[in-house]
Amino acid sequence: MLRTTPFHARTAPLVQGWAYRRWAGYAVASAYELSHEREYHAIRASAALFDISPLRKYEVRGRDAARLLDRVVTRDVRALPPARVLYTPWCDGAGQVLDDGTIARRDETVFRMTCSEPNLRWLGENARGLEVEIEDVSERLAALALQGPASRAILEAACDASLGALGYFGLGRARLGGVGVEISRTGYTGDLGYEIWVEAESALAVWDALVDAGRAHALVPAGLLALDLARLEAGLLLIDVDYVPARKALVPGQASSPFELGLGWAVKLEKDFFVGKRALEAEVRRDPSSRLAGLELEWEPLERLWSARGLAVRLPATVERTSVPVYAGGRQVGYATTHGWSPLLKRYLALAHLAARWAEPGTRVEMEVTVEHRRERCPARVVKKPFYDPPRKRA
Amino acid sequence: MARAWDAIVVGAGHNGLVCAAYLARAGRRVLVLERRERVGGAAVTEEVFPGFRFSVYSYVVSLLRPEIVRELDLPRHGLHIVPLESTFTPLPGGDYLAQWNDPDRNRREIARHSPRDAEAVEEFGRWMHRMARAVRPLLATIPPDPASLGLRDLSGMLRLVRHLRAIGRSDLHELHRLLTMSAADFLDRWFECEPLKATKSASGIIGTLAGPRSPGTAYVLLHHYIGELDGVFRAWGIARGGNGAVSEAIAAAARAAGAEIRTAAPVGRVLVERGRAVGVVLESGEEIRARALASNADPRHTFLDLVGEAHLEPGFAAAVRRYRYRGASAKVNLALAELPDFTALPGAGAHLRGAISVSPSVAYLERAYDEAKYGAFSRRPYLDIVIPTLIDPTMAPPGRHVMSVFAQYAPRHIEGGWTEAQRAAFGDTVVETLAEYAPNLPRAILGRQVLTPEDIERTLGLAEGNIFQGELSVAQMFFLRPVPGASAYRTPVPGLWLCGSGAHPGGGVMGAAGRNAALRMLREGV
Repeated sequence: MLRTTPFHARTAPLVQGWAYRRWAGYAVASAYELSHEREYHAIRASAALFDISPLRKYEVRGRDAARLLDRVVTRDVRALPPARVLYTPWCDGAGQVLDDGTIARRDETVFRMTCSEPNLRWLGENARGLEVEIEDVSERLAALALQGPASRAILEAACDASLGALGYFGLGRARLGGVGVEISRTGYTGDLGYEIWVEAESALAVWDALVDAGRAHALVPAGLLALDLARLEAGLLLIDVDYVPARKALVPGQASSPFELGLGWAVKLEKDFFVGKRALEAEVRRDPSSRLAGLELEWEPLERLWSARGLAVRLPATVERTSVPVYAGGRQVGYATTHGWSPLLKRYLALAHLAARWAEPGTRVEMEVTVEHRRERCPARVVKKPFYDPPRKRA
Repeated sequence: MARAWDAIVVGAGHNGLVCAAYLARAGRRVLVLERRERVGGAAVTEEVFPGFRFSVYSYVVSLLRPEIVRELDLPRHGLHIVPLESTFTPLPGGDYLAQWNDPDRNRREIARHSPRDAEAVEEFGRWMHRMARAVRPLLATIPPDPASLGLRDLSGMLRLVRHLRAIGRSDLHELHRLLTMSAADFLDRWFECEPLKATKSASGIIGTLAGPRSPGTAYVLLHHYIGELDGVFRAWGIARGGNGAVSEAIAAAARAAGAEIRTAAPVGRVLVERGRAVGVVLESGEEIRARALASNADPRHTFLDLVGEAHLEPGFAAAVRRYRYRGASAKVNLALAELPDFTALPGAGAHLRGAISVSPSVAYLERAYDEAKYGAFSRRPYLDIVIPTLIDPTMAPPGRHVMSVFAQYAPRHIEGGWTEAQRAAFGDTVVETLAEYAPNLPRAILGRQVLTPEDIERTLGLAEGNIFQGELSVAQMFFLRPVPGASAYRTPVPGLWLCGSGAHPGGGVMGAAGRNAALRMLREGV
């Protein structure tokens, strides 16, 4: 049996279609309703509540906590002020991405790292000689993501406090349902949103408080299918789907550097040292060979492909995670790892690894699509990510 | 005004805005003139009671052409349409009929009423999909006149014949039935369950002074099936921020393309010189000239008021006078302290998040029409209801709700006219009708706005309050819409074009008329 999260007692009765996805050894609802449609739209029209407890979480404490994390990740952790969070990838010595996640500075010497892969051993190996304690709090700590335009109003109603001062990637404390929680202005949807961190034994009280307050704001509990669509629109990549973590790469070609994932902005080469720095410096000098870019399929050619079979375009209802080839000038120049139809933007979007010379916005390529059992190529355009970036996300 | 305009669009309804956006994108200097303080025409969101915002007139979206959404990139200008997930029909005996998007749930529910219909409903859906696909290309067609030997008309007719042949024999025969039959007769061929037939047939009477048993209503039904969301026909949705957000998104696209939009700028008349429309005179007396005018106003107002019969051939003017409007529907907007609680299905379930249809039987609808036929409003009207706050909570203060009630029949001309008392009586009738199914409703009402066809005519300028700018009937469709001689967006007055729902393909928040008009204008050198 897969494990269940601390919210299971509340979420399980809501799952109408027996549909769960595996996530880090846990079962989490794919969708609560028979279709994820309403859950998806709620992310953009009102608010959605996600159980994100399966995230791995490490607490890093001690005089050298900042030094350890700064050594491990590519961004500058020492410059991160208390009550702030940052998103960053981290690499092995060859500059290949091991994982990506967030680091929250809870105070001067206490941090929380969230990620997808187990990282305890890696952190431990890098902590030699440092005065630091690393604790895996994955099971102790439950987490919810409250995302969408109404998320602030709901959270303020539930915790009786103003969140106006909690800026994008800020971190604060509050009482919610009689329980002390931490709230970060973070998420995986590219929308206004918050993540709420609570001790597992108090998880249900927090769920109840949010659902109660959410009733007046059309809050919808939402599963991973809806989240997957939102993160595609936000142009956010997903480990094991959009990249193979370096530790799992069987051949070198499977791994990716932060530059190849479009995360160059998060690589601070001016830092004295971090794991993978030398390799990344060398890579910058010779220019990364490929890049993860956003693609938008062109509609009219897609419609023509379907019309040729006498059919209306059949759009995928969920995000597809099967890698498909991308072509230019008759040759394969990359592959799309995530693709799907955005019901909000009314566009067919993809995240694709493209050879560097084809990765510039505006470039025209072709993506493989399957039309009535036939492989076809549909013209697509490289566009800037994120595909969707509402001002309220940072406001 | 120093700037010389290539085109003036009279009226900032959604079609006028679409027309302006396409003209501006083609590099034309476009000025939109709107009489009201806000853009949108019948697609507006207004705060009717403090804190309560309504899609005051039109209230759902489906027909808005996907190519317009795409080409004008409306989502990036703020358009977000959330699909409705069900249709709920409460029944007098305390039962109900629900139609769900999920096929299994839907089949099980309909089988409760008729196992036969539960199977028929899927076949019907597939078949209507084919019909909608057959008709869809006509929406973007500039109607050719079969009586004309002009090059454009002949090649248009040729394309049309090719298209119809491609549809296939049996589908073409069915399509002919759809164009000519009554909605009820047509549905009788498929279904036996009364509330199912009635609820489906209601799509055939929307906005039309005709009963479900009147010939021609099957076409109106089809008209309401050709809307699509993400490739799914017959999918209706609610715009986040109300239908005003649809207009605002189109207006933003038009402005981004360079169009200028002036509100509170009522056009008094079209300036005609040597038989040609050369500009407009505002009610303020200001004169603005342009190389072309596109009127989003309805045909009667455009030709008889703005142009004036002095500039028209008598035969054409007579045809315009005879163009049928006959508004038949009213709108009741309710601010609610709490959700309606239906006896048949208590609680705040999923059934409240879709459409709620008071249409228990075909006979109920036909009786409602009978009263209207003889000059009264229906004592028990057909109602189509949505509660947008369940999707977009910002439409009302937290925990409160807004309810949009489309009510029919409320004919434009009733015995004694629409007096204040008659309007209130109709509002009472609507609330009483609904209270028979949801008894808590009357005491939940915090505010009530009743809009009769007369109110709609007076406020929006839609003749006789017809929501489609003229009845949707085969007699005035395609090359006959609104009247021969003005059916392909061009009018007998050179320089004057039609771009509203009074032109092909008619009403609904569709935008096709505005786009087709703009494309034809550009092709003809505007």
